[in-house]
Amino acid sequence: MVGRPIRPRARTDRVRTVSEPPPSAEPLEPPVDTSGEPTVGADGGFPLRVEGLSKTFGGITAVADVSFRISEGSLTGLIGPNGAGKSTTFNCIAGVHTPTAGEIYFNGEPITGFEPSQIATKGLVRTFQIARELEEMTVLENMMLAPSGQLGESLLRSVLPGLRKGVMAQEAELRDRVWEMLELFEIDHLAGEYAGNLSGGQRKLLEMARALMTDPEMVLLDEPLAGVNPTLEEKILDRIQQLRGEGYTFLLVEHDMDVIMNNCEQVIVMHQGKILAEGEPATIRENERVIDAYLGDSDE
Amino acid sequence: MSSADSSLPGVGRLRATLTSVFAGHDGRMIAGTMGGIYLLLILVGLLAGFDAGGVVNTLRAATVYAAGYGMLVLALNLHWGYTGLFNIGVAGFMAVGTYTTAILSAAPSTEPGFGLGLPLGVAVIGGMLAAALLGVLTALPALRLRADYLAIVTVALSEIIRLGIKSRPLAEFTLLGTTVGTGGGRGISYPAPNRFGSWALETVPGGGAVYDVGAAVGVARPVIEGVVYMFLLIASAAAFWVFLVRVGNSPFGRVLKAIREDELVASSLGKDTRRFKLIVFAVGCALMGLAGYLWLGRSGFVNDLSFRPNITFFVFVALIIGGAGSNTGSILGGMVFSSVLFYFPQFVSQNFSPGGVAPRNFVAALDGVGAFGAYALQNISAIRFMLIGIVLVYLMQNRPQGLLGHRTESAAAIDLLDRDAGMRADGGAPDTASRPDRQGEDGE
Repeated sequence: MVGRPIRPRARTDRVRTVSEPPPSAEPLEPPVDTSGEPTVGADGGFPLRVEGLSKTFGGITAVADVSFRISEGSLTGLIGPNGAGKSTTFNCIAGVHTPTAGEIYFNGEPITGFEPSQIATKGLVRTFQIARELEEMTVLENMMLAPSGQLGESLLRSVLPGLRKGVMAQEAELRDRVWEMLELFEIDHLAGEYAGNLSGGQRKLLEMARALMTDPEMVLLDEPLAGVNPTLEEKILDRIQQLRGEGYTFLLVEHDMDVIMNNCEQVIVMHQGKILAEGEPATIRENERVIDAYLGDSDE
Repeated sequence: MSSADSSLPGVGRLRATLTSVFAGHDGRMIAGTMGGIYLLLILVGLLAGFDAGGVVNTLRAATVYAAGYGMLVLALNLHWGYTGLFNIGVAGFMAVGTYTTAILSAAPSTEPGFGLGLPLGVAVIGGMLAAALLGVLTALPALRLRADYLAIVTVALSEIIRLGIKSRPLAEFTLLGTTVGTGGGRGISYPAPNRFGSWALETVPGGGAVYDVGAAVGVARPVIEGVVYMFLLIASAAAFWVFLVRVGNSPFGRVLKAIREDELVASSLGKDTRRFKLIVFAVGCALMGLAGYLWLGRSGFVNDLSFRPNITFFVFVALIIGGAGSNTGSILGGMVFSSVLFYFPQFVSQNFSPGGVAPRNFVAALDGVGAFGAYALQNISAIRFMLIGIVLVYLMQNRPQGLLGHRTESAAAIDLLDRDAGMRADGGAPDTASRPDRQGEDGE
């Protein structure tokens, strides 16, 4: 177990329940592609595909007919002024909101309207804008919670003496992985601390580390830099870049234009519930509608 | 109480000694608390002129209370302390467990009530299953709701159950050609669990000698049998404790804690929180049903009045005193609440008659110390609830987490901090530059 900080694609040693097919398995049928674009293979190199997504709250349309896809191993930024519908889109993907219309595919499989737990089990995990730590649990316990397929999550195995042995062995294995992850995020000195005692920036790090303990394929980051000091911001961005190099796919929601422009290779700009522009940072920077949307908002 | 005179020089040292003896030793804390309660009861009992039999019987009564409340508080701790499920229908689930066991085990011709006459083991398991099933049925719709709605649903359910037990249709009905029923307002009689005492003493070789020893020191046979049953209750409470500690120190318990802290986080990490909540609710309700039968139903007769909602609130008070989320705290809370706050005042008032005529109202009682004491002794059953209220207010102000709440109780099957020292030294301040090397070693 030593010397394995992160194992993004190492599916073989992933702790999983037997009944559940690994997410990399090819679905039997390619999904119906409503966008008219040709589907390449099962997921066509696009783990996440959002098609015609709409979400209304009462009379308010927060997201209107949004379609995009995220390519594998990329770091994509989702930006837009306040109220553009970023968070709603994000929450629809993560399963917190049920979309009013549209479909969301993860690895070619529709996940629209799934429970957050089902989506996370498929390898699409999220973080929260305001770091939501489990405050009365230690950093270690927060981390140990995350891995999927833990034997000890069965009540009988936890309680019956004979079966408990297997649980302990797995716990020891997970503990090693947790420590490695904590070291990677440089919060291992806080391991025994209650999460509630951590500073805002440390919570963000813990939140990301915890999400990665689920051994995901793709991570949805909801403003991971909000309220973080510049030094820590660097550190978090370094981690994201490093992890991306190891094969993780990231979708990053952020309202800080500079962060997105300097770090993402693909940018989606939302405005008033719709996609305003999509492309590489350089082209987005030149896009007049984007400039209007941002400057227009600040003029008001 | 010790904080009142903390200005005295010896108190600090005493506190330090107490801390070193008890802190971190759950067994010592439980034994120490119970020992203190025993000491108090023995002193007061001797003052009241008790003989050995009287003292033993007093200690037995206090212990039965402590073990009974201990079991119930532990079960509630699983719901509320661990998972944050606000179940205020404890009495209802106790009633279902007790009544089901009673009906299953009572002889067909029982009066009052009507039973099936099944073996006791089957009846006990049946009672637990019935309570668990009802728990699941309640939980299925209610767990989707926010915590406070679950509270409303459960408190309403517990009253529905109680009124249902009293109702005429359920008092006697024919099921598959057999007449069964709750006996309605007359209650139900069934083979008393506390007959275990006499059964054990007659069955176990040498049990008869215990009677002789008892007779020699002046302890009557029923008291000895009661003491044996008391040990059964202690054993059940201990079994509850072991079970719940194991649940707490496991990945299962970790998810429960996470649900309590923030359900959306647990869900977003791939935990099917509804499954966990359903299991926990069912298990907790089954334990409440068993505790109800063993403790409230120990004499072999219950009626609807045994399961009034105030039991639920007593159990909650005990859990708050002990500290929600702590299993040892649950036991301590059950002991302190039931023995000290609930049983002790009653015990005092029963055994000390007021000197002279007690004043008839509170204003008259303010006449002097003697008058007030007499008044207090006569009205102790009401005054002890004021006492409980005062203790609760004091706790909320000074120690809202209870005696042992917010304690560092691990949520893992192993010690998470205990890892290879070499690895920790290596990882103390890792720099990113060293990472690629580590990756190169990735063998699997």
